[in-house]
Amino acid sequence: MDVREIICEQNKVYSKSKILTDTTLHYCPGCSHGVVHKLIAEVIEELGIQQRTIGVTPVGCGVFAYNYFDIDMVEAAHGRACAVATGINRLAPERVVFTYQGDGDLSAIGTGETIHACNRGESIVVFYINNAIYGMTGGQMAPTTLCGMKTATTPDGRDPKLHGYPYKITEMLAQLEGVCYVTRQTVASAVYIRKAKRAIRRAFENALAGRGLSFVEIVATCNSGWKMSPVAANKWLVENMLPFYPLGDIKSVGE
Amino acid sequence: MNCDVRLMKGNEAVAEAAVRCGCDGYFGYPITPQSEILETLMALRPWTTTGMQVVQAESEVAAINMVYGGASLGRRVMTSSSSPGISLMCEGLSYIAGASLPCLIINVQRGGPGLGTIQPSQGDYFQAVKGGGHGDYHCVVLAPDSVQEMYDFVAEGFDIAFKYRIPVMMLSDGMVGQMMEKVVLRENRPRKTDAEIVAECDSWALTGRHPNRTHNIITSLQLQAAEQEAVNLQLQAKYQAIQQNETRWDEYHTDDADVVLVAFGCSARICREVVDMARSEGLRVGLVRPITLWPFPSDRLGELAQQVQMLMTVELNAGQMVEDVRLAVNGQVPVCFYGRMGGVIFTPDEVLEQLKQHL
Ligand SMILES: Cc1ncc(C[n+]2csc(CCOP(=O)(O)OP(=O)(O)O)c2C)c(N)n1
Repeated sequence: MDVREIICEQNKVYSKSKILTDTTLHYCPGCSHGVVHKLIAEVIEELGIQQRTIGVTPVGCGVFAYNYFDIDMVEAAHGRACAVATGINRLAPERVVFTYQGDGDLSAIGTGETIHACNRGESIVVFYINNAIYGMTGGQMAPTTLCGMKTATTPDGRDPKLHGYPYKITEMLAQLEGVCYVTRQTVASAVYIRKAKRAIRRAFENALAGRGLSFVEIVATCNSGWKMSPVAANKWLVENMLPFYPLGDIKSVGE
Repeated sequence: MNCDVRLMKGNEAVAEAAVRCGCDGYFGYPITPQSEILETLMALRPWTTTGMQVVQAESEVAAINMVYGGASLGRRVMTSSSSPGISLMCEGLSYIAGASLPCLIINVQRGGPGLGTIQPSQGDYFQAVKGGGHGDYHCVVLAPDSVQEMYDFVAEGFDIAFKYRIPVMMLSDGMVGQMMEKVVLRENRPRKTDAEIVAECDSWALTGRHPNRTHNIITSLQLQAAEQEAVNLQLQAKYQAIQQNETRWDEYHTDDADVVLVAFGCSARICREVVDMARSEGLRVGLVRPITLWPFPSDRLGELAQQVQMLMTVELNAGQMVEDVRLAVNGQVPVCFYGRMGGVIFTPDEVLEQLKQHL
């Protein structure tokens, strides 16, 4: 049978969101970033907010997200996305603003900007992609790197005496009044992906209702940085990351 | 026309001007000697009148990045700080320049380096004019010498910023920021409406992806060297146009001058007095006051060098602008320098005394 007979309209079971451009993703095969992009794009499409939405990309592997989302986007300096989003939110409150940041970007160099945007209760959505590593710069230790985990800058594994402990900024941010929704999700399997999408949708709905800041952590793989196959990376995530970074809603105010 | 005349500080004049000339947003962090800008804005409560937003940020790093966000919308946004805070803003400034965004930054300089002093200084000339942040970029730098100019340069700064999509820096100092003078509160310009912003900035700003165009992206990132060089060449072409069209300076008794003083900002105010004193003693002294420090009035200084015997640059620093004066004069006549540092301010007699030693 010719392949063209199979790839035809009546056999179509899935098509990518219109909010994603046709640009080929630069992410490594198996990386979580692409899956999260897809979910965010689907939610923007389903809510019909393409024109209203503005995205802020980080410095990190997600930097080129502006090439993939067919919405107006701005690229922030390393760690500064929440401050950039604040400027947009204050001057264009009718817009739906989201940032998309890695764990190095958000919880190392951008800790201050993140905490204060949360504390001011900026009406934005923050996506925090925690892959426990600096993907873009070649797999160095991140604030989230688990103890014992080997990275380019912890070749013998993270030793808390030398490198400090991994920390959960998500739980810390849940303490702040300005934050209305804090959740931790993953995209390591189909079930998790469906739950993550619901959380993403809820976060955008909060922004539309002006409830405050919604913070969505996605526990993610970096199979290249972790030096694993995509399948092994997802398994490793479930067995090692999730016990330390437990999934679920941490805070949810008003609906 | 509104002919409101008031006695106010330079810093207060900036705040008043921001509200009256249609500024959309101010983001700042307190630091002496410019905190009155944020304080005055908070007292004016412009969000209840023009709709202008005012945010006290958690740091200068955050403030400049809020400016970056606001500017990416095509809105008129500004920040202000003093020397140590401007150092923190330099990363953001480089990104703003790289992404070709318009905005206004005000530096009410104090003495340095380090935490330095809170007294007036002009020690940030190099930082303002030669870069500050990384990469090949320029800000247009306006140097006010009066409270009136601190007021006027807000609207003028936004005009230049939007004409060229470039960050404009008003390089003031603790003296001009803190002193009180009469100010004519010229023109009331309303804030631009959403429709006007779309008409003006839809080709580049985050006005919202709509069916009539593809998505707009604000970035300063190019991974390919050739693409980055193309961006650099575009910036350089813009800088050339600015040098041709926007160079501003003031002259005082230069027509028959044998000696020309070159000074900007509060130093220029002092040097006017020096010129008057010298003239009363029969010395033919004149003054050139660069109003734009970048672009610099090099051509005019080179021309004057053919007429005078000497130039003397007078600055509240160790000698920074003097390098640009020497480049402009290109060895035609001697260029000497007099300066004080650390917040110490020269008197007119002191400068005249120095001048006489060189004659
Ligand atoms: C001021 C600054 N410091 C350092 C860098 C280099 N840098 C680029 S990406 C990155 C880390 C990104 O890691 P993360 O935020 O975890 O995102 P990931 O790439 O893993 O998705 C670093 C340190 C930079 N671009 N700017």
